[in-house]
Amino acid sequence: MIGWIDTIIQGLLLGGLYALFAAGLSLTFGIMRLINIGHGDLIVLAGYLGIVATDALGLNPFWSLVFVVPAMAVLGYGLQRVVLNRTLGTDILPPLLVTFGLSIILQNLLMQLFSADSRGLNAGPFETASIALPGGLAVGVFPVLIFVTAIAVIGGLQLVFSRTSLGRAFRAASDDRVTAELMGIDNRHIYGLAMAIALAIVGIAGVYLAIRTSIDPTVGPSRLLYAFEAVIIGGLGSLWGTLAGGMILGLAQSIGFRLDPGWGILTGHMAFLAVLVFRPNGLFPKTRDR
Amino acid sequence: MSLIETRGLTAFYGDFQALFGIDFAVEDGETVAIIGSNGAGKSTFLKTLSGLIATRAESVVFGGEAIGGMAASRIVGKGLALVPEGRRLFPSLSVEENLVIGGYSKRPGPWTLERIFKLFPILAERRSSPGTALSGGQQQMVAIGRALMSNPRLLLCDEISLGLAPVVIADIYAALPGIKAEGTSVVVVEQDIGQAMKVADRVYCFQEGRVSLSGRPGDLGRAEISAAYFGV
Repeated sequence: MIGWIDTIIQGLLLGGLYALFAAGLSLTFGIMRLINIGHGDLIVLAGYLGIVATDALGLNPFWSLVFVVPAMAVLGYGLQRVVLNRTLGTDILPPLLVTFGLSIILQNLLMQLFSADSRGLNAGPFETASIALPGGLAVGVFPVLIFVTAIAVIGGLQLVFSRTSLGRAFRAASDDRVTAELMGIDNRHIYGLAMAIALAIVGIAGVYLAIRTSIDPTVGPSRLLYAFEAVIIGGLGSLWGTLAGGMILGLAQSIGFRLDPGWGILTGHMAFLAVLVFRPNGLFPKTRDR
Repeated sequence: MSLIETRGLTAFYGDFQALFGIDFAVEDGETVAIIGSNGAGKSTFLKTLSGLIATRAESVVFGGEAIGGMAASRIVGKGLALVPEGRRLFPSLSVEENLVIGGYSKRPGPWTLERIFKLFPILAERRSSPGTALSGGQQQMVAIGRALMSNPRLLLCDEISLGLAPVVIADIYAALPGIKAEGTSVVVVEQDIGQAMKVADRVYCFQEGRVSLSGRPGDLGRAEISAAYFGV
């Protein structure tokens, strides 16, 4: 019994990481209907930036966030203004093709710069530290930190959306981009800011990923897949839904791993497929078809 | 100098030409009505003035500045606001948020949330409701209020009475004097000729993308208007 409770807790905490992977994807889809196929590779890029910054500074890897998060935000704004804004329109195919190309470019660039060797960040004893719970259970401090970060990020995004002028502009541009322009909202700038926020979150996710496990230039697509599944399970455009989607995915994988070590990834995909079959709009959909 | 003036304005949807050399002007403090049947180019004209449809820069001069083809998001900051056809409120924003976002360009002027609520008191009661949960007439009030929040010198209203009951239309048009009193000029696009003649200082009639008639309502005869409107 204790073993199953442990499995559930680990699965839910793993969901925090998936939610961090997915939050940016959910944000950009929610605001501009942009599905970024290069999202996973950008997570890996952020991981490598974290490795480079940590090597250069010689500090604890968490300090690299101070460099990686703003760098990714600037990259996001530039990428959106220079490349992705040109692909947005009524046809959803151009952004898919261009971000697919971006994914391939990023993988090859990383391969060229860092080789195919796996690398990771070492956060020292913190990585293995745990908190003892009653009944002989224990949870890792780092997984808890990841989960708390995910809640803070999504809660922060929700606050921005509901309380600020920028959030109103995000929602207005999401509802009706033409009428938003009539309000004085420059969609190109607003979309740039949305991508900057999305990639700032990717910056956190990438550094956490590189601390949690080792990365190589080819692991991006599978991260995109988890992020995509979390977004779909939670419901397109719903931020808290994305957190729930990440947790359901993490839980399904964790249960699969417990049943058989080879099943973990498969049960995650099966949970995703089950949601697609029974609730095609996800569990907490916010986005309306236009 | 006119507040806004167009000279030989043309507009296209792809290869299809929708407007052919429109000459049009609105003076400070004027209310101008544009009438015409479906497809005459009235809405296209307002969209072109607001920057949603491209045209040559010098073909639209607003406040002495050529603004043709300028991005819509910049034009609103210069004091030209459009109440779009069909209202187009933002569904995920409340009534109050819909109004507040109208002031996104932060253009200074007399219109504030409180002033809008004074003009349309019913909106104050419904301020927290989703904009799209309101009746058609109330939604139209939000759309007008939202445009006023940008403190425009010129307010363009596209088919504001479309689909509304006569009593509601009367309520909406009753707000016009209050808007004019704040120094805002108004252009209304109307299919209802009687309504247009009642409120306007001057009228333009559009037909197949051209101005077929213009003048003061008192100077225009019924037969003349019919001919210009229907092309018969």
